Amino acid sequence: MTTRLIYFAWVRERIGMPEEDVDLPAGIETVADLLRWLKSRGEGYEHALQYPDVIRVAINQEHVEHREKIAGAREIALFPPMTGG
Amino acid sequence: MSGGVLPVVRIQRQDFDVAAEIARLTQGRADIGAVVTFSGLCRDEQGALSALELEHYPGMAEAEIARIAAEAVERWPLQGLTAIHRHGKIAPGENIVLVVTASVHRQAAFEAANFLMDYLKSRAPFWKKEHRADGSEGGWVEAKEADDEAAGRWKSSD
Repeated sequence: MTTRLIYFAWVRERIGMPEEDVDLPAGIETVADLLRWLKSRGEGYEHALQYPDVIRVAINQEHVEHREKIAGAREIALFPPMTGG
Repeated sequence: MSGGVLPVVRIQRQDFDVAAEIARLTQGRADIGAVVTFSGLCRDEQGALSALELEHYPGMAEAEIARIAAEAVERWPLQGLTAIHRHGKIAPGENIVLVVTASVHRQAAFEAANFLMDYLKSRAPFWKKEHRADGSEGGWVEAKEADDEAAGRWKSSD
């Protein structure tokens, strides 16, 4: 199944693109698994996800914890802590 | 008491008019006793900043602020609630965010506006990038732990 990944702020800048569609390999079950897999995909990803604990994640436009299962996610967004307001 | 209050949430590039937004909540009714507004503005940081660039997550920004607003009308007896957040390039002195709350007595309006801003800062998907006055590239504004703590204090009161 294809999943859309969306990146914002310095996560977007470091990875070098605003979004991409990926086919997740078997065994990627949680957000934490996804971050670990992405981090191994190249220099930009490594830079963006160097400290995975600070990365905030939303599945289908709702905040989730890193232990959340990603089965059925259409859209997963990765971004730094928010600074609006 | 929250029945019937439909929060107004807008994410927009253009500026907003605070007086017009208050009027939108109060016009044609005589049951509102208190209106609280909070406006957040762009600071120039002692002249060092020429603008802030606000990036947002279209769709989720609206949805998340609507979720926070729905919680506010659930928790406090409000008669109206408006939350507007701008995105794009914003110059020092310009508006960034507006929260308007209306209630019979002031306490509910004050508290709900405060709650809304605390949650909005730590949960609404917006990110500020600095443009520096000397032309050098500014960085992304870092999130403050104090903002997370400010949001957390509303949990302990449950």
